[in-house]
Amino acid sequence: MNTDPRIISFCCYNCAYAAADLAGAMRVSYDPRVTIVGVPCTGAMEAVVVLGAFEEGADGVFVAGCLDGECHYKEGNLRARERVARLRERLSEVGLEPERLEMYQVSAAMGARFGEIAAEFVDRIKALPPSPLRRGAAVKGGMSR
Amino acid sequence: MIVVEAKSFAQVAAMTSDCRRLLVAACAGCTAVCGVGGERQAEELADALRLHARLRGKVLETEVRGVTRQCEPEFVAEFAPAMGRAEAVLTLGCGVGAQFLAERYPNVPVLPGVNTRFAGGLTAPGVWEERCRLCGDCVLHLTGGICPRTRCAKGIMNGPCGGAAGGFCEVGGGSPCAWLLIWERLERLGRAGVLDEIGPPPDWSDAQAGPRRSGKGGGAE
Ligand code: SF4
Ligand code: SF4
Repeated sequence: MNTDPRIISFCCYNCAYAAADLAGAMRVSYDPRVTIVGVPCTGAMEAVVVLGAFEEGADGVFVAGCLDGECHYKEGNLRARERVARLRERLSEVGLEPERLEMYQVSAAMGARFGEIAAEFVDRIKALPPSPLRRGAAVKGGMSR
Repeated sequence: MIVVEAKSFAQVAAMTSDCRRLLVAACAGCTAVCGVGGERQAEELADALRLHARLRGKVLETEVRGVTRQCEPEFVAEFAPAMGRAEAVLTLGCGVGAQFLAERYPNVPVLPGVNTRFAGGLTAPGVWEERCRLCGDCVLHLTGGICPRTRCAKGIMNGPCGGAAGGFCEVGGGSPCAWLLIWERLERLGRAGVLDEIGPPPDWSDAQAGPRRSGKGGGAE
């Protein structure tokens, strides 16, 4: 049980980020420990960005992109979905629970749904133990980059 | 091109488990095209290996470097500074690249991150198929541009064997019978007559007599 989860959400500017914005305008509240990072397109989001978030101690990461067929770059969201599926496998290979990573799809008009997603995901992560990577000195990037 | 597959993460993790400073060497040639050995994949693998190590209470530092081709000495030389810092190198180049690294840097253990499979080409998005066994004695002029040594399951030279069913090889795998393809193609070209002549058995001696050498544009001896 994790009472103080650190959650990173990578949100596409065209939909999920706008949905999160709308959630705010609609006064839909969700856990403030969800930190939103806007990305131009979830399809352009490299795997290392997600793994980096875990390495920095995130307890959970969710990626939120456009609905099927609504990606501004045509298929970026579908690629992101595949990448997330692959990264979940990688997480379990590495020794982290794959449930710590999820992909959601919302439209810019789905403010309330964004609030639900955030709440659902926070509950899921709270049910898990804190990330074992959270404490201790970060073993960063490497020898020179 | 040379087709490779990633080794399983478990294999790679086991191979690198007692290393504290690992160089992950990418190759921008064939293995990058296979979606396995490019810098991007190397970065991801390095990240995953660090996470894996930390979750087991170990400290692993990684460095990722890529070169244009690991199968050429000038490019391999570019690894020198990083090699100086590393305890071992995990290469995502093919077996040739791995051996060039091992030769040039005799004091650094070389660990293969990929399985080098065959010489092939793209037949569907993300699917490569073997098309040449690199036998060194090409017979494509006699076989309608279709290689029996590679594409016939039995590698026979004066086929077919008579076991094909519905156009497919009797040996599993769902491949079309290479000799049927050869026959159809030669017939279309009006050259089916070349099959009347029984050829000699394949000469594999050159394919098995140690490393072969070849000059630019040069002929075989
Ligand atoms: S005959 Fe030999 S060289 Fe020619 S395609 Fe077949 S394996 Fe390759
Ligand atoms: S069925 Fe055709 S491809 Fe298969 S072994 Fe016989 S000749 Fe070769």
